[in-house]
Amino acid sequence: MSGLFNYEKDADGIVTVTMDMSGPVNAMNDEYVALMAETLACLQAEADSVSGVIITSAKKTFFAGGDIKSMLQVEKGESERAMFAMNLQIKQQLRQLEQLGKPVVAAINGAALGGGYEICLACHHRIALDSPAVQIGLPEVTLGLLPGGGGVVRLVSKLGVEKALMPLLEGARFKAAKALEENLIEELAADADDLIAKAKAWIKANPAACNPWDVKGFKIPGGDYRNPKVAQMIQAGNPMMFKKSRGLVPAPLKILDVINSAIHVDFDTALDIESRVFTSLVTTAQAKNLMTFFLQMNQIDGGVSRPQGVEKSKVKKVGILGAGMMGQGIAYVSAMAGIDVVLKDISQEAADKGKAYTGQLLQKRVQKGRMQPEAAEAVLARICATADANDLQGCDLIIEAVFENVDLKHQINTELEPQLAAHGFWGSNTSTLPITLLAESSSKPENFIGIHFFSPVDKMPLVEIIVGAATSAETLARAFDYTKQIKKTPIVVNDSRGFFTSRVFATYLDEGALLIEEGVDPVVIENLGKAIGMPVGPLAVQDEVSQQLTVKANEANFDLDRRLDQAHTKDNAAYRLAKRMVAEGRAGRFHGGGYYEYGAGEKTLWPDIYSWYFNSDVSLPIDDIKDRLLFRQVVESLRCFDEGVMNTVADANIGSIMGIGFPPHTGGVFQFINTYGVQAFTDRLQALAERYGERFVPPNILLDKAANNELFM
Amino acid sequence: MNNSAYIYEAVRTPRSKGKLGAALSRVKPVDLLAGLLEGLRSRHDLDTSLVDDVVMGCVMPVGEQGGCITKTAVMKAGWANSVAGVQLDRFCASGLEAVNIAAMKIASGWEDLVVAGGVESMSRIPMGSQGSAWGEDPQIAFDTGFVPQGISADLIAAVEGYSRLQLDEFAVRSQSYAAAARDAGYFSRSVLPVTDVNGIEILTQDDFIKPGTTVEALSGLKPSFQMMGELGFDDIAISRYPQISKVEHVHHAGNSSGVVDGASAVLVGSESAGQKLGLRPRARVVATAVTSTEPTIMLTGPGPATFKVLAKAGLGVADIDLVEVNEAFASVVLRFQKETQIPWGKINVNGGAIAMGHPLGATGGMLVGTLLDELERRDLKRGLVTLCVGGGMGIATIIERV
Repeated sequence: MSGLFNYEKDADGIVTVTMDMSGPVNAMNDEYVALMAETLACLQAEADSVSGVIITSAKKTFFAGGDIKSMLQVEKGESERAMFAMNLQIKQQLRQLEQLGKPVVAAINGAALGGGYEICLACHHRIALDSPAVQIGLPEVTLGLLPGGGGVVRLVSKLGVEKALMPLLEGARFKAAKALEENLIEELAADADDLIAKAKAWIKANPAACNPWDVKGFKIPGGDYRNPKVAQMIQAGNPMMFKKSRGLVPAPLKILDVINSAIHVDFDTALDIESRVFTSLVTTAQAKNLMTFFLQMNQIDGGVSRPQGVEKSKVKKVGILGAGMMGQGIAYVSAMAGIDVVLKDISQEAADKGKAYTGQLLQKRVQKGRMQPEAAEAVLARICATADANDLQGCDLIIEAVFENVDLKHQINTELEPQLAAHGFWGSNTSTLPITLLAESSSKPENFIGIHFFSPVDKMPLVEIIVGAATSAETLARAFDYTKQIKKTPIVVNDSRGFFTSRVFATYLDEGALLIEEGVDPVVIENLGKAIGMPVGPLAVQDEVSQQLTVKANEANFDLDRRLDQAHTKDNAAYRLAKRMVAEGRAGRFHGGGYYEYGAGEKTLWPDIYSWYFNSDVSLPIDDIKDRLLFRQVVESLRCFDEGVMNTVADANIGSIMGIGFPPHTGGVFQFINTYGVQAFTDRLQALAERYGERFVPPNILLDKAANNELFM
Repeated sequence: MNNSAYIYEAVRTPRSKGKLGAALSRVKPVDLLAGLLEGLRSRHDLDTSLVDDVVMGCVMPVGEQGGCITKTAVMKAGWANSVAGVQLDRFCASGLEAVNIAAMKIASGWEDLVVAGGVESMSRIPMGSQGSAWGEDPQIAFDTGFVPQGISADLIAAVEGYSRLQLDEFAVRSQSYAAAARDAGYFSRSVLPVTDVNGIEILTQDDFIKPGTTVEALSGLKPSFQMMGELGFDDIAISRYPQISKVEHVHHAGNSSGVVDGASAVLVGSESAGQKLGLRPRARVVATAVTSTEPTIMLTGPGPATFKVLAKAGLGVADIDLVEVNEAFASVVLRFQKETQIPWGKINVNGGAIAMGHPLGATGGMLVGTLLDELERRDLKRGLVTLCVGGGMGIATIIERV
């Protein structure tokens, strides 16, 4: 253990404790507990000569918070009790710090999130550097946890219930100035010297500082449970959260529960309750899944799927072919990232319309006060809308976003590839066509790659990068870098029909259609789709995708099978029902309606659908329907993995959550299996296969994992 | 048909100081009760769908202890949807009233299996939270001679001539008996540990008892009700009891019942319900009684209630082997003994509420369990539970091992 809390006392008796732990960041672990104990012992030993304490950090971040990797190891039983004991110890130390009888100031020189901000809350005054590097907040809820280092109780005691709810339940991260506005901190400092100077000045001006909850007669701002307004706020929390999370994630409710306890009991009892409830969350599947998601996001963003040894690159000028819904979105996100954009369509009018989309989005940002008008102007000016191929001259990257038609894509590639700069590369925004096939027209197939965006591009955080047979490592690295440049999360997959996301997504629609054909009540199908945590039911999703597109995509796949002499595409329920719906004039939401009728108000099911298959005698177990809707997606992901479509478990997990709305509390398609239990999941699939068909037969990779007692890591 | 009401089980939580910061103050009242119900269920692998009703006493049914806390606790414990729940309030008798009502439900043949007892978190819902139609209403208070119970307890001492020393000696008895019983494990059969959401234990046994309490130590405690008395309540008391010249304020924190948190649950059922559950009855409820006495002195109900229940049962004082009389205040027990002449050797042989505390709505159920455990331990037959009650009421129940 080489870390230390550097302890320095100045001539005025002010001790500056500079946290400098052995890891890359300061974090709450055994080392922290030992260092804090040492520090407190020193402070207590020379209390007579100490006039105040400044807590700051030697790292770029102030303090990183809990140790996620060690929390992931905690299981029910002994390790859970050990963690509970350590948590109580951490709290007791912070309690000692705030009850020293000396003013304690947090000099926040970098990000103070989670445990980091909980330390700050145990100080008497918080000053943050006014720098973009500073982030302040309690994001534990996003990890399926609650702030267990006193964060819930202290924030409620400091701000009152009403003001504390949002930072706790949403886990938002605040920039320094915003944190000041929200009363999470008390002062800003211009630079490091100013930070320490202000901290010392505050100590001198407040020699008898103590936190309000340690003053006799303390009352929580805004009142406790006896204030009807507060009671109502707490009561409304449960339905509001249920509406949002469908009861699938326990953390927000547990936070509300601790808040409610904090307004019923004294401060120390509330701290104790907080620890117990925190402990109860750590071992939940949801917390493990969300923590794993966090680590895997870091892996992905850190470039686990990016080839090593290729120098980092930046795109300066991007060409986008096709100014439709996808093209215009790609233009927007690229221009926002400071890239010069050439948005080309067949006509100037179509190209202008595509550029106008960016204008609209920017205008909204300006109206919401999230962007200065001049900055918006500058972004819009980066987009050149054109019908002239010559404007593409010198692009580092051209992204083709035209109809899903192999011949059209070949033709455009042949025609426009020469416009690329010498080391430029070509991306196709196809969601389904094999990249290797599309690259056949290219003179440099090593520079050809799939860059699959999701709609709407400005909102969807994921990009699926598809590596063709000839795609070079360098091209992959550059596509990866471009994706990061436009602030998207890239997953990398290998070339295959439907790649990963489209293929898995289709199974949700298909299982919904199968349930319809089996006579299940459409309302039940929709409600259970939502109950498992999908953003909407499979029928509503089908309407959004449009029945017409489903028909076209299936027909394109049949064409492709003929072209490649393959038998990949099979008849499927989604296709059958989509065809029938299109024939009935119900081609999808944007074609006037599908499974639903879209009037002025709420959408309602199209009544005729009941006359097709619905059979009131059919009564499938609710759990079967739920599992079918969710597990189909998992089985398809396993097949993809089996076939080598993905290289890492992280790509699959992140891709499923961020690309196709797989429920976040599962941690993604594979992490879900880990916490369900690999053997238990295998057994359940076997039961479903016997009852509902071979599409649920456990793939070999699952059988192997189960046999070897291994997790998907 | 045999409609006897049998007691199959009686459990309780440990008791701890009813003050925020104390062990059980971190437990919501509903969790305190639900945890106990879960403990009862799991001890006997109880098929809860056989339970008709759960009757629980709770004297401060407001806030997080309000809104029929019994049914909420039944739901929280995960019992069958068909199980009903009711909360009742007969002041300090609530817990025993719950057991008595359960016995009546069974004896009438209209229900087969009932859980009865009570819950009170005096730390989280302090005394007085519930308001009062009596003491808070000046006209009614005037008309009926209302005085706070502490004044009534001191009034009993004045009328009976109990000295502070006598009361303190009784308090020391309670402490030493309770400590000895706890340490000997006499309570361990019936006290179920309170655990948190993780199953980590919060409290496993009573922590309110103060072993080693001496009369000397108690002599330093300040009287609790002097200020109230001087406010004018003493004058009201004397106006009703002109034979006394002065109310000496002899009760204090050390010879009055402790303010604590706790819950109790007694499983009462018919013979056939027991057969369905595969449980052997431990005792039979022989008779129950409530009565009421003069409201100003208020706490003199146990004697008359005892005589009433004995008459109902066709028994005499000598037929009772052990008695649990609630130690609301030391003078209450002394007066009860004087009135009934039951030998001290039969009364509160394992201490009482002065040592262990009196979680208002829960106490009656706790006393039934304590009595039954001791009857079994000593292999005796018949016991009586009695409590003094607000408004002058008294309650008593006789149980008999079978």
